[in-house]
Amino acid sequence: MSLDLLVSHYNYWVVIFLMMVGFYILISRGNLIKKIVGLNVFQTSVFMLYISMSKVSAGTPPILVDPYGEADVLFSNPLPHVLILTAIVVGIATTSVGLALAVRIKEAYGTIEEDEINAIEARTEATG
Amino acid sequence: MLLTLLAAAGLALLKVRNLFAVVMLAGIYSLLSAGLFTVMDAVDVAFTEAAVGAGISTVLFLGALALCGHHENKPGHTPLLPLVVVLLTGGALVWGTMDMPGFGDPANPIHHHVADHYLEESYSEIGIPNVVTSVLASYRGYDTMGETTVVFAAAVGVMILLAGRLGRRPRPEGKGGSG
Repeated sequence: MSLDLLVSHYNYWVVIFLMMVGFYILISRGNLIKKIVGLNVFQTSVFMLYISMSKVSAGTPPILVDPYGEADVLFSNPLPHVLILTAIVVGIATTSVGLALAVRIKEAYGTIEEDEINAIEARTEATG
Repeated sequence: MLLTLLAAAGLALLKVRNLFAVVMLAGIYSLLSAGLFTVMDAVDVAFTEAAVGAGISTVLFLGALALCGHHENKPGHTPLLPLVVVLLTGGALVWGTMDMPGFGDPANPIHHHVADHYLEESYSEIGIPNVVTSVLASYRGYDTMGETTVVFAAAVGVMILLAGRLGRRPRPEGKGGSG
């Protein structure tokens, strides 16, 4: 594994690491709110992956300083930025629905721990 | 480097069991990622992330914590199976990046499809200097409309979920599924 590869792919690898941290929180923790935090970490790492791909070395933000393009300016790619703007807003929408569900579950079961909910479910199934 | 800080914040999130601290760390994580977006030239994304990710979602989480309590139990089962799944997935993804073009190379295929057109023609076609805005609102306007639909659906969903409890126990809540 050459140093070249490390430098050019470092971003992707850290993004994958963060993605896996989020995924691990999501599947290994029983607390529903912690799960939603994990989902958010995962989500943000996907945003970072897209933005990493849109970056051009020595580029500038895609805001035209000289609209008719006489000056020779290198811009980063605007398209992933647009996609991620949409994704951020959709992300907050899913987060808020998830939290609302957690609040309702807390009301119905008195807990937001997955194993306790399962135990209550098993008990009600056995008795009723 | 910011990425390394982000990795540290992610690990801290994994370890801490006080949910209040977790939510604060998530806010820090979000703000760090906004800084990273600025460094990578995505200024619009950065301020959206700072406002929505670090601002609104922290408020929503705090609202939910106020109702659910902020202690997390110890994970009951062994974390071995999730760890294996995560390592396998991560390994596959890293293997996948081996074929990806290097970071920041202007010759990458992603920069040579429609992006050139947006950068060269959008001012004469739309007349807004910020290319991100003209793509968002004009070339990909349907995406934005779909996004609005999703936010509307989420707001309705949150209202339906929380309407019952508000009826039974009137207590003003700052939770509206706004985005």
